[in-house]
Amino acid sequence: MTTAEATVTVTVDTRGLSCPMPIVRTAQAVRNLPSGTLLEVLATDPGSQKDFVAWSRSTGNELVSQSVDGAVYRFLIRRK
Amino acid sequence: MDEPLNLVLFSGTDDKLQAAAVLTAGAAALGKPVNVFLQYWALDAFRADRIGADHGLAPEAGASGRVAVDALRTAGQASWAETFRQAKDIGEVDIQACSLSMDLLGIDETALDPLVDGVEGVTAFHISAGNGQIVFI
Repeated sequence: MTTAEATVTVTVDTRGLSCPMPIVRTAQAVRNLPSGTLLEVLATDPGSQKDFVAWSRSTGNELVSQSVDGAVYRFLIRRK
Repeated sequence: MDEPLNLVLFSGTDDKLQAAAVLTAGAAALGKPVNVFLQYWALDAFRADRIGADHGLAPEAGASGRVAVDALRTAGQASWAETFRQAKDIGEVDIQACSLSMDLLGIDETALDPLVDGVEGVTAFHISAGNGQIVFI
């Protein structure tokens, strides 16, 4: 486990939700978190791969990593 | 991201309203303001007493389209009304009813779902739209 993994404090589980709900749920989650918080987002919507890249770039929240495990996409995000 | 996204909703079928709601939520998540102007049958679909009703699909959907849309819903897709609610929760989304369409339908503002922020004329909508693109659905 990396240092970043060890400090994940919030998980946003959007598995089973279709576009645009993974991004909507994430936007709702980050607004109540202090700056610097690491959160992970789980999703099964294939479109989320490009959506999270675009959302991070646009909002300034850092996309630390993204990975795929079977049908589940995992995004690690650091709150702006 | 300063220019708003401006949607004119004319069609009142569930598929077109769903597409509009998804566009709205995506823009809202990016911090882009969204102005929605409701005309004709789209406005009718936002009536408080029927917003949750089955509004059918566009003619091009056909029987197989009906099956596909139902499958998405069964899989847990949020309704268009719920998607608009979520979009308003995360972003700057203003939904206005076209005053002419209100006359057409013979209704007043109390008949509309709380998702609708107010009633305005087309000139006010164009002012809100600024230099942003206007999309007609």
